[in-house]
Amino acid sequence: MQVTTQAFQRNAGAALHNPALQKALKNIKIGFVRKRAAAVAKLPEFEALREAGRELKNHVLDHLDFYLEQFETKVIESGGQVHWAQDAAEANQIVLEICQSVNARRVTKGKSMISEEIGLNDFLEAHGIRPVETDLGEYIIQLRHEHPSHIIAPAVHLNREQVADAFQAHHAPYGFTERREEPRALMDEARQVLRQQFLQAEVGITGANFCIAETGTTVIVTNEGNGDLTQILPKVHIALASIEKVVPTFEDVSLLLRLLARSATGQELSVYTTFSTGPRRAEDADGPEQFHVVLLDNGRSGMLGGEFQDMLRCIRCAACLNHCPVYGAIGGHAYGWVYPGPMGSVLTPQLIGIEVAGPLPNASTFCGRCEDVCPVHIPLPKMMRHWREQEFARHLIPMTTRFGLGLWAFVARNPKLYRLATNLGSWLLRRLAGGKGRIRSLPLARGWTAWRDLPVPQGRTFQQQWATRRENQS
Amino acid sequence: MNEAREQSLATIRRGLKRGPLDGTRRVELETRLAHPLRHLIPTRAQGSHSEQVAMWIRMAEYALATVDQVARPNDAPAAVAAFLARENLPTAIVMAPDAELAALPWESQSLLHIERRAARDGDQVSVTTAFAGIAETGTLMLCSGPDSPTTLNFLPDTHIVLLPTAWIVGSYEDGWDLLRATGEAMPRTINYITGPSRSGDIEQTMQLGAHGPLRLHIVLISA
Amino acid sequence: MPISPPRIGLFVTCLVDLFRPTVGFAAIKLLEEAGCVVEVPTQTCCGQPAYNSGDRATARSLAQQVIAAFEPLDYVVAPSGSCAGMIKQHYPPLFSNDPGWRARAERLSAKTFELTSFLTDVLGVEQVNASHPGTVTYHDSCSGLRELGIKTQPRRLLGTVEGVELREMEESEVCCGFGGTFCIKYPELSNRMVSDKAGHILATGADTVLAGDLGCLLNMAGKLQRDGATVQVRHVAEVLAGLTEVPAIGESEGDG
Repeated sequence: MQVTTQAFQRNAGAALHNPALQKALKNIKIGFVRKRAAAVAKLPEFEALREAGRELKNHVLDHLDFYLEQFETKVIESGGQVHWAQDAAEANQIVLEICQSVNARRVTKGKSMISEEIGLNDFLEAHGIRPVETDLGEYIIQLRHEHPSHIIAPAVHLNREQVADAFQAHHAPYGFTERREEPRALMDEARQVLRQQFLQAEVGITGANFCIAETGTTVIVTNEGNGDLTQILPKVHIALASIEKVVPTFEDVSLLLRLLARSATGQELSVYTTFSTGPRRAEDADGPEQFHVVLLDNGRSGMLGGEFQDMLRCIRCAACLNHCPVYGAIGGHAYGWVYPGPMGSVLTPQLIGIEVAGPLPNASTFCGRCEDVCPVHIPLPKMMRHWREQEFARHLIPMTTRFGLGLWAFVARNPKLYRLATNLGSWLLRRLAGGKGRIRSLPLARGWTAWRDLPVPQGRTFQQQWATRRENQS
Repeated sequence: MNEAREQSLATIRRGLKRGPLDGTRRVELETRLAHPLRHLIPTRAQGSHSEQVAMWIRMAEYALATVDQVARPNDAPAAVAAFLARENLPTAIVMAPDAELAALPWESQSLLHIERRAARDGDQVSVTTAFAGIAETGTLMLCSGPDSPTTLNFLPDTHIVLLPTAWIVGSYEDGWDLLRATGEAMPRTINYITGPSRSGDIEQTMQLGAHGPLRLHIVLISA
Repeated sequence: MPISPPRIGLFVTCLVDLFRPTVGFAAIKLLEEAGCVVEVPTQTCCGQPAYNSGDRATARSLAQQVIAAFEPLDYVVAPSGSCAGMIKQHYPPLFSNDPGWRARAERLSAKTFELTSFLTDVLGVEQVNASHPGTVTYHDSCSGLRELGIKTQPRRLLGTVEGVELREMEESEVCCGFGGTFCIKYPELSNRMVSDKAGHILATGADTVLAGDLGCLLNMAGKLQRDGATVQVRHVAEVLAGLTEVPAIGESEGDG
């Protein structure tokens, strides 16, 4: 997909002035924030589980090589195959070759952010294979030739009218000629259209929320059941997973499941949690004949031992997006690549380079709400700050900013000079205000005064007044 | 892509500042895999069995499943027929080819038309058992096998599950213990199912029956 | 032998120094009434702007300046969760490779507090001697709330101010959009966030909005006043100390 991270400022401005988007974004508060709070309130152990979740993921990361090898061994033992991919190109090629080996023309897909990360749909289409997204949100945006704006609610930026437009434009061949706008009717329509796709696909591709080393099992979590129809009906099931998804045992997965749905949608548990181990057994009446796991690295192994290792704890619940005031104001597309919101502002620079993704870690007030709701306590603001440090160290910030910061630093390191500067500043601002308490327009602070008045200093600085008071006392 | 494998493992070890694990540490990790440790289990999953059954019902209904209770296994066919009549649903049922299900007196319900097989497109109602019920979230745990095809859990609009209350356990971990205790190989597919299929993808308004069943009905069997 | 009163180093904060000296004097009054001796060591800024801009070297040198100036005192108190949070949470890790300074940073961290937290959690103040007839609403500033756990402390003290009625706003814990340099780097986004905040403030019908950080207060005052709202904006310390004779933030004697 086209990367527009560098245009974040412009993207954000456009998003703020997009009335349809602004209307859709209001749903996040009701759909996610309140429900999460209610679910957390219902489980007294939630905080203790978060601590345990952090410890578990740290344990996995400290022994990631061991658990990946164990996982691989067990997948093979149960009759499946494991394919390792260094980058997007390798992963796409692996998937293509599997599809070609069974002469697949059509593949169904469960929701997978890894698939977005590697740009799998475009790649398959370019090779004559038709990928059909089956998660309702993913399906809608696929029809609209868009990318997800949210990691668990890909179409959260849309309203029903836009969904109706997309269905009307594409569903006539399936016998749906009448425009419908009710969510219920739209969903029934999608259900019927997609049911045929499930039945016809030769390959089903899903993501994996977890990979269990104990048994070589992949786990997907959905509410619709689309992931299940994707993987049990076709001959071949391919699970796409990034390497940090491995966990040791079913007990460990149980812990993370208690955190995931509550943090994501405020459900006690998602409707479907599915554990897949190998291909169908000889006696089974259904299930895929082949089971493949693609393990994608794409720069993740390089995060171990560095200042971004903690990011690999992420279980993709999207709580940080849902609670981020910046995300809530502009939605996900403004971030310009696959992963939006706070987790994206940390992960994206790692995956596509800080030179390109520089604006993202700067688009935060460091309000800390993301870290506050993260089920595995990822210090997201701290890591965004680490990116800013890299930008500063590598001279990737504008010269004017650097100069201003340097000048300020010089003054702040010299208290006497600082006193002079603040005294002068105070006097100047008050003079500009002409006796009023605030200034409506200040060319040097246009960013502020375009939308806000600037309150001016009350009078002489505190330090001036304090000095006077001390003199009077002595 | 063996090269990719070796490269990832090497980079991981470089980051962790060590070589491949061996010796004591490796044995410890292998032991951890062979004898999984439980993390914190919520108190709500640790009540008496009757509390667990009550919790299971409450949570399943919270997830918008419907629950009927019957006293004996032989009462289940009538309960299934009554549910279908009450909901005005078709009486053609596709049923898991399971010996315990087959042993029930289905012939007493003359209106029911039963086929025992995996599900196909167009099937309206399925009847299965479950491996266990998990109280803490009102979840069903179903294991695939010759007598329990997974398609039955997803293709029909209505999924009816017969579950003896004795199979209800408190936590997910209790379910895994139960599965390990069977001594059998890991099934191809294990489904946790908590309520009927749904989606909130259109304006975050929840609609039931996205791709999987619109209705999930459980007949709990007390004896 | 009477226990000697604690010696407090007031960390005024650069914004209070420049924009709102009353907050500094309010802090001194509250601390002195609680039996403290207050000193104002030589100071400029805690270094947070540099720290959050990725300039660790400058942040470190400003931190050293603050540590050296304040470490002789018993406590450091700031009328700001943001600056107190910087000293308390972020100074020690700044010196992860310098054990000597790290130890000094940790000692300073341990005795640094935000004003309302110091009054209630450390001094055990249960009552202030002030009156402020009217309705107020309280914005929880992010750093204070999430880095220092400041939520009940200002409310408990406000509850003892004669005549005050507290009306909670929706989403009092959501960021106002100030964010230090954020409001300059992303002014339009910042404006959107403060517009939402202003809406929640006005919806309470309160005649005054209070908070514990001047950055947020300048932002909210600037927005409310641009929109023509008459709600007054003040630092919570002004109300707790009874120093509300002076015009509210962004207002002047000359304003109508």
